[in-house]
Amino acid sequence: MKETNRIKIIRWLIGAIVLCSVIAVILIKPLPFLFYPDLPFVGFFGRALYILLLACFLCLFRIWKGPTGADRIVAVDILGIMIVGLCAILTIATKRSWYIDIGIAWALQSFICTLALSKFLEGKSFDE
Amino acid sequence: MNNVIGLIFICIGLAFDVFGCLGLVRLPDVYNRLQAATKSVTLGTCSILFGTFIIIGFTAAGLKALLCIMFLFLTMPVAAHAVARGAHRAGVKLAAESVVDKYREDKEGEI
Repeated sequence: MKETNRIKIIRWLIGAIVLCSVIAVILIKPLPFLFYPDLPFVGFFGRALYILLLACFLCLFRIWKGPTGADRIVAVDILGIMIVGLCAILTIATKRSWYIDIGIAWALQSFICTLALSKFLEGKSFDE
Repeated sequence: MNNVIGLIFICIGLAFDVFGCLGLVRLPDVYNRLQAATKSVTLGTCSILFGTFIIIGFTAAGLKALLCIMFLFLTMPVAAHAVARGAHRAGVKLAAESVVDKYREDKEGEI
């Protein structure tokens, strides 16, 4: 029992250190820009985009390793909502207003997809 | 000035998004993950969209951002409720540390 507790604490520490170091690298080190360098606030929006990509990778980890089907459905829902925010950031950063149209359509599609998947989950049990 | 206020809103939204996804990874159970991730990610994304509206102003894209905020506030609780109900009916178990299960008590009381 004591050994499992120690392994849990070590894994927690490793995860916290890795996450904090990734966020520090995003905030401090100049990463390659994803936009044209003459747009306004390009440093801020480049870092914001990298932080949102980090959050999307956390969601992808839950999709990959979810024990049941409901975990995967929740993670897909959250991933869809986060991509709406990413479209909003792209709207300001590139000054092309059709990105927000993609965001609205993505939100609609994500809502309908989540409802259909939860209805499917209610009918039959496919956990484990 | 509008740009600074909008960037502050976008920073708040990014922080809420990252912490919501951290809760999605860390918490032990479907229901805990659902309530942590849905609430904080809804608030974070709506804050990002509101910052977008403040920076862009009253143009077509800004009003579409407001429309998207309204749509997200209407639909995200419905989706979360449907997923929780479906997971409970499909028989996904609660975590071992959880104390009470009111929904199961209600269903047994009906029968």
